[in-house]
This record gives sequence, C-alpha cells and structure tokens, in this order.
Amino acid sequence: MGNTKGYNLKSTIAGYLFISPWLIGFLCFMVLPVFVSLYISFTKYDLISSPVWVGFKNFQRLFLLDPRYRKSLGITFLYVVTAVPLRLVFALFIAMILCQKRRLIGFYRLIYYLPSIIGGSVAVALVWRMFFGSGGPISLVARSLGIKGNVSLIGNPKTALATIIALYVWQFGSSMLIFLAGLKNIPESFYEAAVVDGAGSLVKFFRITLPLLSPVILFNLIMQTIHGFLMFTQAWIITRGGPMDSTLVYVVYMFLRAFQFYDMGSASAMAWVLLLIVSFFTMIIFTTSRRWVYYESKQGI
Amino acid sequence: MVVTSKKHLNAAVYHLICMILVVIMIYPVLWMIMSSFKTQSGIFKGNLSLIPDEWHFVNYVEGWRGFGHHTFGVFFTNSFIISITATLGTMTSASLVAYGFARIKFPGSKFLFSCMLGTMMLPYQIIMIPQYLIFHRLNWINTFLPMIVPWSLGNPFFIFLVIQFVRTIPFELDESALIDGCTKFGIYYRIILPLCKPALVTVAIFSFYWRWQDFIQPVIYLSKPKLYTVSVALRLFADPTSVTNWGAMFAMASLSILPVMMVFFILQKYIVEGISTTGLKG
Repeated sequence: MGNTKGYNLKSTIAGYLFISPWLIGFLCFMVLPVFVSLYISFTKYDLISSPVWVGFKNFQRLFLLDPRYRKSLGITFLYVVTAVPLRLVFALFIAMILCQKRRLIGFYRLIYYLPSIIGGSVAVALVWRMFFGSGGPISLVARSLGIKGNVSLIGNPKTALATIIALYVWQFGSSMLIFLAGLKNIPESFYEAAVVDGAGSLVKFFRITLPLLSPVILFNLIMQTIHGFLMFTQAWIITRGGPMDSTLVYVVYMFLRAFQFYDMGSASAMAWVLLLIVSFFTMIIFTTSRRWVYYESKQGI
Repeated sequence: MVVTSKKHLNAAVYHLICMILVVIMIYPVLWMIMSSFKTQSGIFKGNLSLIPDEWHFVNYVEGWRGFGHHTFGVFFTNSFIISITATLGTMTSASLVAYGFARIKFPGSKFLFSCMLGTMMLPYQIIMIPQYLIFHRLNWINTFLPMIVPWSLGNPFFIFLVIQFVRTIPFELDESALIDGCTKFGIYYRIILPLCKPALVTVAIFSFYWRWQDFIQPVIYLSKPKLYTVSVALRLFADPTSVTNWGAMFAMASLSILPVMMVFFILQKYIVEGISTTGLKG
C-alpha cells in the first residue's frame, strides 16, 4: 500500500468495472436528469412541441403570479413543522418506555413498528380515507357523542391536513427503533452515578439521556424533515390535495403541474426550489446542531 | 410484601399503557382486514365492533375481478415481476459496487464515493420530471423498465450498507486468496459475496418492500390497465367517478399488504437490525 500516487492499471480497470453499474446509473439517471431539469426549468415545455427558452419566467410566475403555489408552500411548511416534531417526540417517548427489561417488550416493539412497514402503502392510505371519512368509525363516534350531521374529517378543509399528519405520526416506528438503538448505547453506569448524586428521573432525562442521544436526534430530525417535505402518496390518495386545496402539499402540486397540466417548465422550476428548500433546512439543522449536539469524542461528523 | 405488591402494580400499569398503545396502533389495520369480511351495509352499520356479524367472503371474489377486464391476478403478477427483478438487480449491483469501493484502489474512487453519498440525500421527487422526460425519449413509457433499470443499477443506500459490511471482513482473507492465485472477481465471488449474506438479506427485504409499495413511479409510467401494479389498481377503488364497492376495496387492500406482512413477520430480526444499525427508513 506504499505507493499512494502510482495506481496499478489493472486495479484501475477492475475498480471501474466493479463500480460500473452504479456509475452508469449515476450518470444516466442522476447527473443527466439534474442538467435536463435545470434547462427545462428555464423553458416552456409541454412534451409535444419543443421547449422554448423563457428565462426566469417560470420562477417569477411561481412566486408572483401563482397564489396556489404560495398556498401549497404554506401547507407544506405547516405539515413539516407539526408532523415531524410530533413523530419524533412520540418515537422518543415510546422508545423510552420500551427501553426496559420487561416481558413482552419484543411483542410491543413489533406491533409499534408494524405501521411503519405498511404505512406508505396505498392500502393504508385508502383505509385512512375511510376511517376518517363520512361513515367511518370516527364519524360514528362523533355521532354517538351527539354531534349532528355527517362528520367527515377528510371532507372538512379545516381538519383534512390533521388526518394526514396523524397518519405520519402513526408511523413513528423506524425513528423509534433508531432511538432504541441509541438509548441502549448509553452506559448504565452514568445513570447509577447520577442516582448516587441524588438525581431524579427528570434530571436524568435532561442531563444524561437527551445530551447523549442528541446525535441520534440530529440524524432522525434531518431524515424526517427531508422525508416530510417529500410527502406525496398519502395526500394524493386520501384527499388529492383537497378539499379546497387544504392538503395541497408541495409534491402533489408539482405532480399536478407536470402530469395534469403538462407544464414541465414550471414543474421543473418547482423541483429546483424544493431542492433549495430541503438543502436550506438541512443546513440550518446542521449549523445549529453545533449548539445542541453533544459528541463524546469532539470529532464532529 | 409491600415492595412486591408495588412492583406488581407497576408492572400492571406498564402493561396497561403498552396494551392501549397496541390497540391504537393496530386498530386501523384490523378494521381494514375485518371490514373485508363484512357486507357493504355491515361496514357502515353504526357499530364499531371489529368482528363481522357473519363472515362474508364474496368481497374477495368481487374484488379479484379487477378493472378493465384484468383481474387482480394480473396486477399482482406485475407487482411481483417489478419487485423481484429490481431486487435481484440491486442485490447484484450493491455487492459488486461495494466490493469495488471497499477493496480496490483506483484513481477517483474517493471522489466518486462522495458523489454516491451525496446522491443518498437527493430525493427521487427532485429528478422525477427529468427522468420522465428521458424515459419518454427512450420510449420506456408503459413498460416496467423505469421501475426496474435505475433501481437495478444500484441504490446508494444499499451500496453504502454493503460497503459498511465489507469493511468488517478481514483483509487477510483477500490477501491469502490473492496468493493462491485468485483474480479480483474470484475474491469477490468466492469470498466477499458469501460473507456478505446478512447485509444482502437486509437489502433484499427493504428493496422488495419499497418496490412493492411504490406508487409514484407506477402512477407516472403505467397507464394501460394490463400493466398496473397492485398499488395503482387499488387507487381505482378511490376513484370519485365510479361507484365504489367498499368491501371489495378492503379485501384487495388486505391482500396487497399480505406479501409485505409475511416478509415482515418471518424476517423481522433482520429488519430491526437493519434500521437500528444503518438508519434505513422504514
């Protein structure tokens, strides 16, 4: 391994042969699309006639002339800032409960994780639609409580987004498993020492558990925030962005612009703005993380 | 005895809370499965009981008939073709690429590796439209290729997972094989690949179930009913323009999650490990 500069020609060829499947996919289905998308976002293109260069018009139209776009931005932010923290708090809470030596833990963990496995499916979205729709169990409960009329949380613009947030929170399982793995890495001796010093459970939680878990929280927060901005299937199946655009999240509107209006130009512009938004939030989380994430080895990520 | 009775009370409260959560978590799923055995009026009769008054299997017969002269047999076959082909492809490419990055020194490997890590963060939704334009050009619309080919060429998450695993395999094994006259491909095929099995099982599980449940790609690329996957076909039950047979919808929805549930219950050990150690999202 002494020669750092001189690469063996045979190894070089072998190396590139081994990684060639990924390299081909990367160039054809990642790099090329990114450039195509950048070009298309500055054009007017409907798939039939060839693209016409329009400069920044698509971006201008989005922010200045399209109230629907601004509404969908607002809904997406609302969705992300409520659904993501709720899911994480829930996941951490359940992980704390399950991080004990008791009977049936394996069973509980399995059941709590189950919704994460099937939650992204069309089947569950359909069930959700029926469950909170008119005539579903929730509306029956409402009727038995004496609320008159046909209660449908899905059909009401004020509550439709909440049902989709509930679906997101219900699938806290994968974050829970990651938290559980993190909790198990905290040495028992830390807690024992704290007890000797007279710490109660709240102190233990805020002084030991949270700081030592903060790298895991950071990881979950970033992954879930990105994931939250990209939500599509649930909103599409449950409400199609309605009623009255109350659940028109970003990707649903992008999908409509592209495949319903065949407005590939502004849909591509939307994709780029989405990428900027997601990167911006990831960066914000990363930069602020220096203040609240505790690294034992002080090496950073 | 005060201590033990307090301990018992503690345990009882603990299990009570956990059980309530179990009910909340599983109620919607049970409701779906149970509704598939109820009559149309039984589903909305006004009682919340899960158990049907009488077990009713006709929903499965009606649901299986499908749409546009194609039964759900066709849709299930399509879903299986896509999920299994793409999964076999991604397992092969993940092991090859992981071996290349983890074990072979070549110029540009560091740069390309960071490119790959970068694309882990690039969401599909961003390149959804340009990919569509490219596949449109290639005449791949209304074929399974857009769902299979990019996936088979390697998913960065899976490649990364296998790389992390290959790094734990002692390098001495490679060296002794090299001395015995093994080629690079021989080392991959005879040593690394067999030892990677646990990582590849995790890849297989997640790949299968992500492909199986994928909705956005089939809905973009498949417009002919005979090509529909189960996810796309299920959506037709929610079509506002047609009268919906709710019982049939619940029946097919329950069937659609059956393969995923089976994989989940049989291989749950691998799933839990896969998520806890790599942070794969579920």
